[in-house]
Amino acid sequence: MTYTLKQLSDALASRQVSSREITTAYLERIAALNPTLNAFITVDPDRALAEADAADMARAAGSAGALTGIPLAHKDVFVTEGMLTTCGSKILNNFVGPYDAHVVSQCRRAGLVLVGKTNMDEFAMGSSNENSAYGAVKNPWDLRAIPGGSSGGSAAAVAARLVPVATGTDTGGSIRQPASHCGITGIKPTYGKVSRYGMVAYASSLDQGGPMAQTAEDCALMLNVMAGFDGRDSTCLDHGDEDYTRDLNTPLKGVKIGLPKEFFTAGLDAEVAAILQAAIAQFRTLGAELVEVSLPKTELSIPAYYVIAPAEASSNLSRYDGVRYGHRAADYKDLNDMYERSRAEGFGAEVKRRILVGTYVLSHGYYDAYYLQAQKIRRLIAQDFEAAFTQCDFILGPVAPTAAFNLGEKTNDPVQMYLSDIYTLAVNLAGLPAMSLPAGFTQQGRPVGMQLIGRYFAEAQLLGAAHQFQQVTDWHTRAPVLTPLN
Amino acid sequence: MKWEVVIGLEVHTQLSTCSKIFSGSSTAFGAAPNTQASAVDIALPGVLPVMNRAAVEKAICFGLAVDAHINRTSVFARKNYFYPDLPKGYQISQFELPIVEGGHINIVVGDTVKTVQLTRAHLEEDAGKSLHEDFQGMTGIDLNRAGTPLLEIVSEPDMRSAAEAVAYARALYTLVTWLGMCDGNMQEGSFRVDANVSVRPLGQAELGTRREIKNLNSFRFLEQAINYEIQWQIDLLEDGGRVQQATVLFDPDSGETRVMRTKEDAHDYRYFPDPDLLPLVITEADIDAVRATLPELPAAMAVRFAETYGVSAYDAGLLTQSLALAQYFEAAVALCPQGKLLANWVNGELAARLNREDRALAACSLSAARLAGLVARIADGTLSSKLAKQVFDALWDSDLDADAIIERDGLKQVSDSGAIEKLVDEAIAANPKAVEEFRAGKEKALNALAGQVMKASKGKANPAQVQDILRQRLQ
Repeated sequence: MTYTLKQLSDALASRQVSSREITTAYLERIAALNPTLNAFITVDPDRALAEADAADMARAAGSAGALTGIPLAHKDVFVTEGMLTTCGSKILNNFVGPYDAHVVSQCRRAGLVLVGKTNMDEFAMGSSNENSAYGAVKNPWDLRAIPGGSSGGSAAAVAARLVPVATGTDTGGSIRQPASHCGITGIKPTYGKVSRYGMVAYASSLDQGGPMAQTAEDCALMLNVMAGFDGRDSTCLDHGDEDYTRDLNTPLKGVKIGLPKEFFTAGLDAEVAAILQAAIAQFRTLGAELVEVSLPKTELSIPAYYVIAPAEASSNLSRYDGVRYGHRAADYKDLNDMYERSRAEGFGAEVKRRILVGTYVLSHGYYDAYYLQAQKIRRLIAQDFEAAFTQCDFILGPVAPTAAFNLGEKTNDPVQMYLSDIYTLAVNLAGLPAMSLPAGFTQQGRPVGMQLIGRYFAEAQLLGAAHQFQQVTDWHTRAPVLTPLN
Repeated sequence: MKWEVVIGLEVHTQLSTCSKIFSGSSTAFGAAPNTQASAVDIALPGVLPVMNRAAVEKAICFGLAVDAHINRTSVFARKNYFYPDLPKGYQISQFELPIVEGGHINIVVGDTVKTVQLTRAHLEEDAGKSLHEDFQGMTGIDLNRAGTPLLEIVSEPDMRSAAEAVAYARALYTLVTWLGMCDGNMQEGSFRVDANVSVRPLGQAELGTRREIKNLNSFRFLEQAINYEIQWQIDLLEDGGRVQQATVLFDPDSGETRVMRTKEDAHDYRYFPDPDLLPLVITEADIDAVRATLPELPAAMAVRFAETYGVSAYDAGLLTQSLALAQYFEAAVALCPQGKLLANWVNGELAARLNREDRALAACSLSAARLAGLVARIADGTLSSKLAKQVFDALWDSDLDADAIIERDGLKQVSDSGAIEKLVDEAIAANPKAVEEFRAGKEKALNALAGQVMKASKGKANPAQVQDILRQRLQ
């Protein structure tokens, strides 16, 4: 079951296997292992098999594309017509969307087979997947560890080979960090590359969808499906169609990779630092040139992010009021009581915390001191990157300060949890593309990823660099050993 | 103490676009509840707004018409508050950077022309409707109206009486309907007025504390509400009280205003730029394109009517109250170049008749051509003004033209001097007493004699001619 998207695509194309056979195999694996991992909130085998049959018919009719018939899971943040979309929240525990998100319809059009929806931190707020109303996800490499978040269900599902590919979203690291913790590859594209239509909003100016898979090549194939202009999202870029696989075989000779000195300090776990040094050496062997760069405002990305994201979230989540859909309290005295009870019952602690913070920073008398100030920092952070990119083509660094920590380890200390986002937040604030790819394992056997950050629109080049690295390393091919619960 | 009244108006005009401001749903009025509410309008998870270009063009059109500044970049902001008919929990509006800033509108009150300055006009979306009557113990929500485009037009506090406020509101109404940007249907809420009213001792520079009267949807209520509010505030102040800043509602049944909320329980709307919408950028080309479609404006048309057709300024003002009326007049004057006389008939008999029957010009069967036919017969002396009124009534009730009615009813004015002389002689012979009086210098007696002649002619004698011949005979 360790087949990559590319291998499955080739096998389907040469008729070695049918979509029904592949889909059945993955569904069996989900049935066996999901009770242990809790990576899925919804699995719909009947629908998946029907789609698989349709894919096989399309192939027989000669109208199949490269990814037709390959099973896929969507993060439960993407609205799917006729299938539950909870966003990891109790407040949407009954919400079956009447429409498909742009990403969902793109995947459907490409013939991918939807097997289900993956678990996530509630409304994508979290770094450990412990904020899901549907229970925490376990890391397939070590069931005591968190899988990362908020796309932890997608990361765990791909790592455990429950699906060959899944979608994720990244607002402050939510694709890259779980990819790193679960030993898979994931990319957050430039803000605006993937339509947000139908992607339940957390922080609109930061949210961006992207693929999570075993390899950079698979991510490139998926990005070809997911990215592209959509007139229903006013922030979506009309950047023409591009082939994200085009640079996979471009050699790294002469490419300059910047190492931000602020990323390699005492805050970085020694084991992670050593793994990164080995990866850096590998890139050097591949012909890349390493240069030190500086991103002086890195530390400010945490306060800036934790003002802007909650501010937008506090407004984005106002629509969950129990009036039109979603959870409504059973008993209430009047309108305000209905709002208060429905939202108090429907939202979890972290979501409430961010709504409170966001409401506070936008309120009269505090707006200038917090929100406007944070927007200024945001511009400075983007300028940091601009300056760094005059000296290098990519930036390489850690994804997280440590490998996956244990479940429950940081749940009582939200600030500690926020600080672990230090290496990922700035990328979202600047809107840049960045990815995470496997770089090694700790002695405890937990995966460690590295982060590659590119210039705006440099997805193809980033994926190329990652692919070159994956040609000479095998971290991405390793899969955890899992035994089904009996 | 003498008090000065200060009034500023905020007017919500519904823009007559086919679809909503941020979704493709229809804006047509009166559909079954929630049948014109798309995923975007009901704020399902994941949906996003997309700006309707037509709404922007209408806002530009308004800005050009009032000689305002069109901001090349304006920003949509979220105004956050909870209400069941506000599906997103925020209204998308413009806050710090509106699309239109400044501008002015001239109003006429009595004999004076006054200029009211505009502060701004901004684009925003309307909310839905809460229906409290139809559901026992529950409230129904109809989101058909949610997302209907509005242009909120804010004036400076330049008005000093209810009459001025009404004149401004009417001038604005004329303009927005004239431009075709608003259908002007006040019953359906297409033109809603909020009035900010305060009073201050005459001569004081500082403004008094204002109260805002919300949601007035007729000019009559606007006038009543403001007058009530002015008196209420003056009474309070003269009794030694202080006005508290508040939002009030006008109850047309009692004719009073009552407090809806005070400043203390005012919302903190937590405005911030909407991250789902990029700043609205307007190019010179966009503005030029709208400018090219701009019709002749009412004020300019009134001046032209006065200059070209010799219509009085007052009549020209009345004729340009609506585009339909102005076009009616122009169509008539093209057939009968008697501007002054036509204006009298349009603003007099026609307006009175429409008003009496509560009918719109568009729903009236008396075409401009048929009215012109009538006025032409007055001008050439065929009809006396008395007979003309009779013909007008006949025109109103039939589809014949004026000549056919004159022919049918034998209403042609008699201008044959032989025939009139005969009638004059008969009248002189039959009324020696009146003749005596006139000769003794009593001018009125001539009218009595003329009346006899007119009566004898069944109203058809040319009155001027009758007078002339009487004088000749009696001198």
